[in-house]
Amino acid sequence: MYAAQIDYHRACSLQEAIALLQEHEGAKIIAGGHSLIPLLRFRLSDASSLIDIGRLDELKGISRSNGCVSIGALTTHAELASSDVLKDACPIIPEAAAVIGDPQVRNRGTVGGNLAHADPGSDLPTVLVALGAEFRVAGPSGDRLVAAADFFQGLMSTALGNDDVLTSVEVPAAQAGQGMAYAKYIHPASRYAVVGAAAVLTASGDTCSAARVAVGGLTPSATRAPSVECSLTGNGLGEKAQAEAASQVANDLGDDLLGDISASAGYRLKMAEVYVGRAVAAAAARTA
Amino acid sequence: MTTRIFSSGIRRREDPRLITGQASYTADIKLPGMTHAAILRSPHAHARIKSIDASAAAGRDGVVAVFTGADTEGALNGIPCAWQVPNSDVKAVDHPPIAKDVVRYVGDAVAVVVAESRYVAEDALEHVDVEYEPLSSVTDPKKATADGAPQLHEDAPGNQAFHWTVSGGDAGAAFSEADVVVKDRIVHQRLIPNAMEPRAAVAQWVGSTQDLTLWSTSQNPHIARFLMSVVTDLPEHRIRVIAQEVGGGFGSKIPFYADEAIIAFCAMRTGGPVKWVETRSENYQATIHGRDHIEEVELAATRDGKITGVRAAVWAGMGAYLSTASTGIPTILHGLMYAGPYDIPNVHGDVYGVFTNATPVDAYRGAGRPEATFLVERMVNLLADKLGMDPVELRRKNLIPAFENGHDVSTGLTYDSGDYEKALDMLMDSIAYQDLRRDQAAARSEGKHVGIGVTTYVEICGLGPSQVAGAVGFGGGLWESAIIRFHPTGKVNVMTGASPHGQGEETTFAQVVSHELGVDVDDIEVLHGDTDTSPMGWGTYGSRTTAVAGAAVALGARKLKEKGKAIAAHLLEAAVEDIEYDDGNFFVKGSPDQSKTIDDIALMANVAWNLPEGMEPGFESTTFYDPPNFAYPFGAHAAVVELDPDTGQISLTRYVAVDDCGTQINPMIIEGQVHGGVVQGAGPALWEGAVYDDGGQLITGSMMDYALPRADMVPEIETMSTDTPSPDHPLGVKGIGETGTIASTVTVYNAVMDALKPFGVDKLDMPLTPERVWRAIHHGNGS
Ligand SMILES: Cc1cc2nc3c(=O)[nH]c(=O)nc-3n(C[C@H](O)[C@H](O)[C@H](O)COP(=O)(O)OP(=O)(O)OC[C@H]3O[C@@H](n4cnc5c(N)ncnc54)[C@H](O)[C@@H]3O)c2cc1C
Repeated sequence: MYAAQIDYHRACSLQEAIALLQEHEGAKIIAGGHSLIPLLRFRLSDASSLIDIGRLDELKGISRSNGCVSIGALTTHAELASSDVLKDACPIIPEAAAVIGDPQVRNRGTVGGNLAHADPGSDLPTVLVALGAEFRVAGPSGDRLVAAADFFQGLMSTALGNDDVLTSVEVPAAQAGQGMAYAKYIHPASRYAVVGAAAVLTASGDTCSAARVAVGGLTPSATRAPSVECSLTGNGLGEKAQAEAASQVANDLGDDLLGDISASAGYRLKMAEVYVGRAVAAAAARTA
Repeated sequence: MTTRIFSSGIRRREDPRLITGQASYTADIKLPGMTHAAILRSPHAHARIKSIDASAAAGRDGVVAVFTGADTEGALNGIPCAWQVPNSDVKAVDHPPIAKDVVRYVGDAVAVVVAESRYVAEDALEHVDVEYEPLSSVTDPKKATADGAPQLHEDAPGNQAFHWTVSGGDAGAAFSEADVVVKDRIVHQRLIPNAMEPRAAVAQWVGSTQDLTLWSTSQNPHIARFLMSVVTDLPEHRIRVIAQEVGGGFGSKIPFYADEAIIAFCAMRTGGPVKWVETRSENYQATIHGRDHIEEVELAATRDGKITGVRAAVWAGMGAYLSTASTGIPTILHGLMYAGPYDIPNVHGDVYGVFTNATPVDAYRGAGRPEATFLVERMVNLLADKLGMDPVELRRKNLIPAFENGHDVSTGLTYDSGDYEKALDMLMDSIAYQDLRRDQAAARSEGKHVGIGVTTYVEICGLGPSQVAGAVGFGGGLWESAIIRFHPTGKVNVMTGASPHGQGEETTFAQVVSHELGVDVDDIEVLHGDTDTSPMGWGTYGSRTTAVAGAAVALGARKLKEKGKAIAAHLLEAAVEDIEYDDGNFFVKGSPDQSKTIDDIALMANVAWNLPEGMEPGFESTTFYDPPNFAYPFGAHAAVVELDPDTGQISLTRYVAVDDCGTQINPMIIEGQVHGGVVQGAGPALWEGAVYDDGGQLITGSMMDYALPRADMVPEIETMSTDTPSPDHPLGVKGIGETGTIASTVTVYNAVMDALKPFGVDKLDMPLTPERVWRAIHHGNGS
């Protein structure tokens, strides 16, 4: 597959990137290229020019301060997977990043591109929704913070405007008594999530004092699972309680479920229960 | 002087250039003035072409020419099928290289754009205006034979490409007298071969001399030259086909494709060299697929487990046209193997080749034999279930006893040599079968589900005696040839007509010559793949290269040994009968210091100062070898799987392969062939399958949807071997290229079905996707 003719600009600063987006109608940011280039090659994107942000150091790196971790948009999946800061502060992110695609994809693909592309099979949106992360967005009229749950607005659609750049992801660091886990049903061909389930649980003593659970893969975009959370909160974290909670997930996913030849929507729904159960069980085990 | 290199796993000499990126593939070719072609392919599974307007495309900047089917009228003949299988009625339907009136599958060529760059050509494709009238289509080979099904070719009523039968003994009587009969419907889904390198072609036409050179990703450049001459009417000696580095084929680069004829046509019309490299998406649509069988099978047996008969009706999807070797695959390479390694006296098979609105089907690694092995091995397991016997015991009871030189089988074949039970014994020991069964039972009682599959198989390869090729309707010979040329310095070139493309014969053939003549293996260079410099040969496929071309090399080396003895006798003033040879030295019997080395001989033969009276100068042999029989490798494989009943996911946790390919030249290369083959066969059992929707669109159009096995989806493959020499081959070798694929699909399948037994599931279609397995567990049989 060969892409159609397209213009290319390399931005030297964030401001320039935004200016270039404004200047060139139909322009698109290119970061790792691992979602955009396939679209261009299949001639499924109408982008008329590319603004390359790949060399903007200001969008790179992971740092921790005041109970919050900031992840630059250009951080690659491989960097997430191997980050000691994240393993300590937010271990579910490295856990999920390590099962994204394959080594090539992890070496090139970036957090920002993953979130901006908002593929329903992506892993990071599910994890970041469960964590209650916020995304920093820079646009022509300045910076703003968008909650993860508000950022994803449906199938491959986000709160980003045409001239916006996602600059970083802000995640709260784990607190005492918290356990978090991501369970992924890997698509046998694409390696995206057929179903992905993220659970962030807080235990005090034998009870679950707080639960945040999100599911992706089978819904148009990452989705919180309030029924599951509700069922968990205030209860014990035994096997039975976990299973009972996981069985609630169907109530949270709506009717618009995705399926393909390798896994139908109906089957995915059943698997959502299984994988939520697994994520909850693993997270519960880590609360200790 | 030489280290022991025969039967030793020396490293492949092909690898350094491959892994350092210095190998030169067809796609790497750059010629002065070269233009680039892109082929417009039908988006419809079946449609009438009402009109084509290429003027807008032709007028674009950088576009050199646009050609449609009408332009090829009178210049290109139809693409032939080269296998007119006997006991059948093969319909030679017309296959125009570029569709003229009707397109018959998604991917059928409709037009070609030649431009200054591939990008310009691709952009121009969007400006070729084709008006289609869509017709109804069918991709299922059984449905295509139903009354009222869409019809593909006027000359093939009912879409029947052919009906072929195989019969041995009296199957009718066997079934009416049987104590037990088991039946099954087996579906082999379509597979996409996925060679690492897609196809490519570069054509150069020199008008002044009327010479056509085609660089092509072919497994058999001489066949490509032959068929190019048939399609273009150019004389064969004016055509040169070069298959330089070829990045795998798995059978998909055997056929002569319309695309090669189209690119040659473009070069002839534009007068300059033209290049075309297939994209991966194009490869999925326009390069042949494999398998596509629907089979109704039954097995007859006595109450105590003696198999008395096998009967099968097979609908084999051929796709829209008959590809080069397509008709031979579900017939000769399939139906003749219905007895497997067992003594089954009565066999009957009806195979219906069926046209469908899908990519043509042809040989894909194993080609017909994985399906045959599956058919036999699946039925044996069903019989074991029905009789309440252990499936391994049932196999033992029916295996053909050991034989060294020929065993006649009810299908008409004569297996060469075999000791099937020995391979099975080795496998049983290695996996500790009884313990494994005990562990399985224990695991089940703890709610863990393990499955075990065991296969015994024999396959037919080393294609094959040319007389038989003629008798079974193959449009060519199946012999091979070798030239062994010693240079004055004692260095050697070996030229073969076979065309290795990943199998490692540059290494193994050098080992053969080194073994026979005591030349250091590094002093031997093996050349292949160019019809101007390689001797005539029929190519690399059907696990035949070492079995047939390797024999030519061994015999050619032995001819030189004889000539060497005569020269040594002359130089040492001894009688020829008194000259002995050992490891590169020719010496007088009893006085080893009176000797000449192979280097001395090569020098003297080349300078010819002092040769025996009447002897021709030179130290070179040309050998043609036509094998007296096919080769029949065999073995026993086992797979262990774990099933997760909550999700239906299967993990393949262990795979053990015992293969017997006769004498081994390079055990490391053999191991590699088995590893790759096993994984390639496990693919369709668990993951792979090409899927068309109801409108004939290929849904699995890319690797994002078509699930290939990956390294982390398979365990370390354990390999072992017995070595029962072929009685026919001068070195005793058979073939190993396909055994893994032939045995592993059903081994893995049977292992999964074994794991599913406690759930009462005994029937499921491949691939055994988690959803299918999960549904079967929760809702019973069926897919
Ligand atoms: C074979 C394969 C397997 C994969 N498997 C998985 C998987 O298992 N799980 C998973 O989560 N993902 C998977 N991916 C997707 C992968 O994670 C992508 O790399 C990622 O989704 C996109 O990141 P990128 O940097 O490559 O973005 P690009 O392709 O460069 O861009 C993607 C989109 O985001 C926009 N964009 C990029 N950066 C920004 C920014 N900073 N601000 C605003 N817009 C921006 C672009 O304009 C474009 O629209 C897979 C991809 C491939 C090719």
